[in-house]
Amino acid sequence: MYLAKVFITLKPGVLDPQGSAVEKALQALDFSGVQEVRIGKYLEVRLAAKDKGQAEADTEEMCRRLLANPVIENYRFELVEVLS
Amino acid sequence: MKFGVVVFPGSNCDADVKHVIGEVMGQPVDFIWHQTTSLQGYDCIVLPGGFSYGDYLRTGAIARFSPVMQAVERFANRGGLLLGICNGFQILLEAGLLPGAMQPNHSLQFRCMETFLKIENNQTPFTGAFAPGQVIKIPIAHGAGNYYADPATLAALEDGRQIVFRYCDQNGAVTPAANPNGSLGNIAGIINREGNVLGMMPHPERCAEEILGGVDGRLIFSSILKAWSAGSRCACGNSCGCRGERSGQS
Amino acid sequence: MTNQQREPWQEMGLTLAEYQRIKDLLGREPNYLETGMFAVMWSEHCSYKHSKTTLRLFPTAGPVVIQGPGENAGVIDIGDGQAIVFKIESHNHPSAIEPFQGAATGVGGIVRDVFAMGARPIALLNSLRFGNLREGRVKYLMGGVVAGISFYGNCLGIPTVGGEVFFDESYGDNPLVNAMCVGIINKDQLAKGAAAGVGNTVMVVGTRTGRDGIHGATFASEELGEQSEDRRPAVQVGDPFMEKLLLEACLELIHQGLIVGMQDLGAAGLTSASCEMASRAGTGIELDVALVPRRETGMTAYEVMLSESQERMLLVPKPGSEQQVRDVLRKWDLEAAAIGKVTGDGIMRILDGGLVMAEVPAKALTDQAPVYHPVAEEPSYIRQAWAFDMASVPVPEDLNQALLQLMASPTIASKEWVYRQYDYKVQVNTVVTPGSDAAVLRLKGTNKGLAVTTDCNGRYCYLDPYTGGAIAVAEAARNLAVSGAKPLAVTDCLNFGNPEKPGIFWQFRQAVMGMSAACRVLATPVVSGNVSFYNETNGEPVFPTPVVGMVGLLPDISKRCTMGFKQAGDVVALLGETKAEIGGSEFLYALHGITAGKPPQLDLEREKAVQSCCLEAIHQGLVKSAHDLSEGGLAVALAECAVAGQVGAEIIVETQLAAHLFLFSESQSRIILSVDSAAVKSLAELAAKHQVPCQVMGVVGGERLVIKAQKAKVLVDLSLQEIEDKWRGAIPCLMA
Repeated sequence: MYLAKVFITLKPGVLDPQGSAVEKALQALDFSGVQEVRIGKYLEVRLAAKDKGQAEADTEEMCRRLLANPVIENYRFELVEVLS
Repeated sequence: MKFGVVVFPGSNCDADVKHVIGEVMGQPVDFIWHQTTSLQGYDCIVLPGGFSYGDYLRTGAIARFSPVMQAVERFANRGGLLLGICNGFQILLEAGLLPGAMQPNHSLQFRCMETFLKIENNQTPFTGAFAPGQVIKIPIAHGAGNYYADPATLAALEDGRQIVFRYCDQNGAVTPAANPNGSLGNIAGIINREGNVLGMMPHPERCAEEILGGVDGRLIFSSILKAWSAGSRCACGNSCGCRGERSGQS
Repeated sequence: MTNQQREPWQEMGLTLAEYQRIKDLLGREPNYLETGMFAVMWSEHCSYKHSKTTLRLFPTAGPVVIQGPGENAGVIDIGDGQAIVFKIESHNHPSAIEPFQGAATGVGGIVRDVFAMGARPIALLNSLRFGNLREGRVKYLMGGVVAGISFYGNCLGIPTVGGEVFFDESYGDNPLVNAMCVGIINKDQLAKGAAAGVGNTVMVVGTRTGRDGIHGATFASEELGEQSEDRRPAVQVGDPFMEKLLLEACLELIHQGLIVGMQDLGAAGLTSASCEMASRAGTGIELDVALVPRRETGMTAYEVMLSESQERMLLVPKPGSEQQVRDVLRKWDLEAAAIGKVTGDGIMRILDGGLVMAEVPAKALTDQAPVYHPVAEEPSYIRQAWAFDMASVPVPEDLNQALLQLMASPTIASKEWVYRQYDYKVQVNTVVTPGSDAAVLRLKGTNKGLAVTTDCNGRYCYLDPYTGGAIAVAEAARNLAVSGAKPLAVTDCLNFGNPEKPGIFWQFRQAVMGMSAACRVLATPVVSGNVSFYNETNGEPVFPTPVVGMVGLLPDISKRCTMGFKQAGDVVALLGETKAEIGGSEFLYALHGITAGKPPQLDLEREKAVQSCCLEAIHQGLVKSAHDLSEGGLAVALAECAVAGQVGAEIIVETQLAAHLFLFSESQSRIILSVDSAAVKSLAELAAKHQVPCQVMGVVGGERLVIKAQKAKVLVDLSLQEIEDKWRGAIPCLMA
């Protein structure tokens, strides 16, 4: 059993209205050092696979086909083995 | 001419679109459940507005994998007329049938309001009933209508005259103040290069009857009828603009 | 040193006397699960134990009533074989803790009540109360509540077409969130929430059951205090997509005739849904919690029975239809589990894997809940408030500024910031959109229209609950009449403080009495509703706020009316009579921070006559625009008509009253009409026939609102632009 920790982030240059709103809110709370905020997604996917290689390949394809939108998002992931 | 309106789990505007096509325009129209795998016999397919799959993950991200979408892609590839409205547009983008992506409105709020649209291209099967540069009024209702495409894609859209509607003011001026959601270039609707797949965020089915405050939306459906029945079939046998390139005919 | 150990029944909110009553009814001690079931079913929210006797004062019958209070929602006949199903409900306590999810799940709950009867929901409205909008916490609550309603309602594809937002410090810590849903059905397809037919299967459908909201019903039956933040786990998270699937599936099941009964799971979850279904049918019900699909592991029978996980329904299929039911559910990707059966012994029997865990007569949980007769005592603040010397209120030096200040007062200001977050056009039925006096929906396939509104002025009710209650009903009806609709029936949401306090219970009883009197005269029976008590924080109650939701019919939708002035040259007329009544007015509150005096009087016969006159004038095609007068009085109403119509007016008033009293008095039973100049005589004749004062006030035209007295002295002279900027900009500015 594997746990894929997937990070989906907006590509640089893509406007992030939610990130901007949070940035302003932090600055309004006197965190004057805040330069920029970008918001992404974190997903945890528990999957059964015959070995780590298989798990990696599966996760890669999940990200490519569904979890990330390649027009505006990048993805990366970490894979750990867990007890079922 | 036979219309089909696809219904995904979570679609809301399917009945509204069917009402306009069936009752107001008096045309044959069916609901098409998302599990259907064949679209034989249909001339125009509409992907309606709503919240397919709750808009979970991203708007349209899950609906694009519905069984019907393979048939929709084949339908588009053979030149059938395909119209995506609001969530329908979002699904077409996720499916890659149109280029670009949708993001949340820059206000981060849902917006329901009337908008003015400028007809940038009236040479499409969906806008033939309009004059070039005509200003029409159609309502929007969405939380993610902020269209994005990278610079290369945007340039290609402009070159190919694929931007069909832009948000404008009542005089037709395309300004930031007239942009309700932050959409790039005030883009409200685009068409594919082949000219048979249109996606638009505003809801034409919501202004097709006087009693609801306007009839500009009806002209989009009239344009479709006009394009089809004028027999302006192109070489491939469908009323699109591919000139037979895709189907291999000359 | 430990705290004194509390008994489980105490922890669960029961009193000693109630616990004793349970023992008497059962003839033994209840076990933990049974105690929990009694605790939720006998909570105020579920049992109405403090309000039941008072609610019996409402008139609930009438020629259009198909179903009065007691079912999931009320039902009225609108002709052509159609019926309207509607109800309003509160979700106040959860919204105070977690405004987004509290408001969202409030919408979810009320929608389920409507489609459980087989009706397709066609409209949502919400009646909201917040504190002072200059405060950060109030902005946070309002932003969250509006976003939550938007999130849930829009995803369901039900247009949110109307409602109201009212601001006063009184609601600061206790926002009120009342959600109303209206649905339509063919009369012969009405479903009931009764578990009939001994031996019939009982199924649960929808989301898997988790630990959400356990004792949510008891939470709603208490005041908020410091411990309330820790109650956060008691707030449920909504899944509107799941609800949309449930809605479509349930409507299909009912329309295909596959169901004997259906009940939504709301407050007190499985416990309440199952015992209410059994109680209504006079049957019993046997459930095995081991068969209930779970979202979490290790749940006890107690947790399963009390869980308030959202988006679940209980169904009793017609015998022999179980497979067809499963087919419909599978089409919509819904999980269904048969969890028990209907029995004939009147007992609620709960099993866990076959082992009996609880056995209680269903009626003990419902009909035999205690009924209290709380003490009502007029509170001391009232006479003090009435004794306020109105003459001490300074006369405004500048009436223009006074009017602009009122237009910018959040209660009066444009609510566009709110309603543009709601999809009000989906289903393509909305003919009159938010911003007018009532929303008007067309009914496809007919020429008819349905008008809907919610109304209540809590300040009036605070100062005189009897009059305030009556005015809530009168104003709702007036809002429908000016739209061209005949008011038909009421759903009520009664929001009050702690009824165990004699002063609060007095307010409650008086309000219900006032509402009942108005309902009788205006012929609008109460067909459904909800009571929300304990809206208090640290002993400070909200204003008594009996919200009235009302529905009216336009036999011919082409004869509808909106508030904006239409054309230069039209004549402006005032129906009704203006007296010096600024007690409890927005003028007193917004300009002077004062809440005192008596609210305006209400003469119900005069109100009925004014509404009838207005309706008849509209039906005769005499009226170009109609608007009822409320907060802010005549000056504000005229400004609203001008802004809505984007055309000004010149008004000349003849009055013995001081100018500011005439302009800002909130005298009831008044309507502003604008008519073609050729129709003035006919209007005057109609008014005479109905014995209603009718005063021609001026003419529509220009780009300014000008109000002059005695033909010479200018009282108000403002450009439309100035008025609109203040009115439209107030809330967006505060919420930026």
